[in-house]
Amino acid sequence: MNNLIFHLRDAPVSAWVGIVIVAFYAFLAICAPVLAPYAESVSVGAQYQTWTSAHYLGTDALGRDVMSRLIYGARNTVGIALATTFLAFTLGASWGLLAATLGGWFDTISSRLIDVLMAIPPLIFALLILTITGTSVVALILVIAILDSTRVFRLSRAVAQGILTMDYIEVARMRGEGMFWLIRKEVLPNAAAPLIAEFGLRFCFVFLFISALSFLGLGIQPPTADWGGMVRESAKLIAFANFSSWESATFGLAPLLPAGAIAILTIGVNLVVDWVLHLSSGLKE
Amino acid sequence: MNMNSIQSIILKRLFSGLLTLWIVTVIIFAAIELLPGDIATEKLGQAATPESLAAFREKFDLNRPVVERYISWLGGAVTGDFGISLSNQRPISELIGQRTANTFFLAGYAASIAVPIAVISGMMAALYNGSVFDRVLSGTTLAAISFPEFFIAYILILVFSVGLGWFPSLANVDVDTSLGERLYKTFLPAMTLTLIVLAYMMRMTRAAILNLLALPYIEMAHLKGIKRWRVIAVHALPNALAPIINVIALNLAYLIVGVVLVEVVFVYPGLGQVLVDAVSNRDVTVVQAACLIFAATYILLNLLADILSIIANPRLLHPR
Repeated sequence: MNNLIFHLRDAPVSAWVGIVIVAFYAFLAICAPVLAPYAESVSVGAQYQTWTSAHYLGTDALGRDVMSRLIYGARNTVGIALATTFLAFTLGASWGLLAATLGGWFDTISSRLIDVLMAIPPLIFALLILTITGTSVVALILVIAILDSTRVFRLSRAVAQGILTMDYIEVARMRGEGMFWLIRKEVLPNAAAPLIAEFGLRFCFVFLFISALSFLGLGIQPPTADWGGMVRESAKLIAFANFSSWESATFGLAPLLPAGAIAILTIGVNLVVDWVLHLSSGLKE
Repeated sequence: MNMNSIQSIILKRLFSGLLTLWIVTVIIFAAIELLPGDIATEKLGQAATPESLAAFREKFDLNRPVVERYISWLGGAVTGDFGISLSNQRPISELIGQRTANTFFLAGYAASIAVPIAVISGMMAALYNGSVFDRVLSGTTLAAISFPEFFIAYILILVFSVGLGWFPSLANVDVDTSLGERLYKTFLPAMTLTLIVLAYMMRMTRAAILNLLALPYIEMAHLKGIKRWRVIAVHALPNALAPIINVIALNLAYLIVGVVLVEVVFVYPGLGQVLVDAVSNRDVTVVQAACLIFAATYILLNLLADILSIIANPRLLHPR
């Protein structure tokens, strides 16, 4: 950890931009009730107001304050994406490390199963399963976490296999260390760096995936404020935009605000991940 | 002996690809079996009479054993007959026939713009491995993987449809739309898809060629004093073909799936729209049909990519 703070001093500008973006979103998500001028899903004025001082970003079709919903959206969308990524990692990494350490038929069967699951495009697979389970937040998190854990399985298995050929693992095995001890104390600390970078990438994927599903009306359900859903709700407004006056031009921005919020956070996380990857590859040499 | 080794590699890949496809059909078919409770009671409600339940089961062929139904479902699907829709009880093939064609048209349109641009500019980027172009490329790749599809789509709509008024924002085509009008109306959706895959494809092409140009035999060719274009066309290109074909097929597979979101944004009458509507109505039979078409296309394109790159690999064609 000290190492990371030390490296932070000479991080490139792009990494700093990423860190600032991620920190800003985290601040919004944590302090949402304090920062938001109005409640998340309460009608507070006339519908479709333009950008004025009472509602800086206007109101939506039900008269809800758009800025407040954007701020709460940080909490809901990012929170659910984080929970999903954590679950996917716990599942995928423990399964992958277990398969690599045990080897034999368990490894073979797991790998073949994962190959088949990965042969189906994730969006199509998710839609198939959501038809059966229906669209609830729990189903959404479970389905995406399981689909995404296949990617984590692949990576953690490959990383662990590299580590397991080392001499010190041989020594540890001869010393009589149990399997779970071996995974936790010998393999996991050395697999941490690539797994942390992968966590950022998986988070981006999960975040975009959930937003896409919400945009299709199959993800996080209203009245919960969620960026993908907000794009869907305000999409029709874009047709009423015209650039003759400043007020009417803001209609065109209605779906772009939540969509932009998604895009900027993903860029921020990617910038940080690039830097972490660069660091860990540099440290290995 | 040489041809045999190539054939056996291809046959092996073909076999594993078809095996995967078969397992996927089993998974998709199993979806209807996993529905909680009985479909007939679920669809008709608790108040349904025994006669109407029996009629429903007869109509959707629910009385026979699972394996028998799977075989007849698969047999029908191969010949283009997907059964009938749960919610409106019309034949599914009638519902999705034209729309599937529309989806493939849109994906093909986007591919025909994206592939030539990506391959040529990716090669240029590799050959003139200059700093400015390189930075622009890595910046746009970051944007392309970070921006959600609908963000790109709405920016295009705002600029080219609402702002400039050059293209329509709704791609409402039907059977009678002429090819020219169809190309015009679907230009913005095709552009969105192009922008999504373009940067990624360029980067992969560039990486493939750069890897190749770093090999010792290319350096040897340069040292022998062979002209630059000859090194590229005669020495590098045959070996670069396999990775480039791979890049194209992988991105086509991605396009086929990426089309779902873009269709919804532009209200384009394609298979993706049908799938999304069917999922929200929980119309399982339609979902199965659409998922099967998407998944099969995706798997077959990946299979095609592998086989073509095996065939295009000069090392396998001219073994020692």
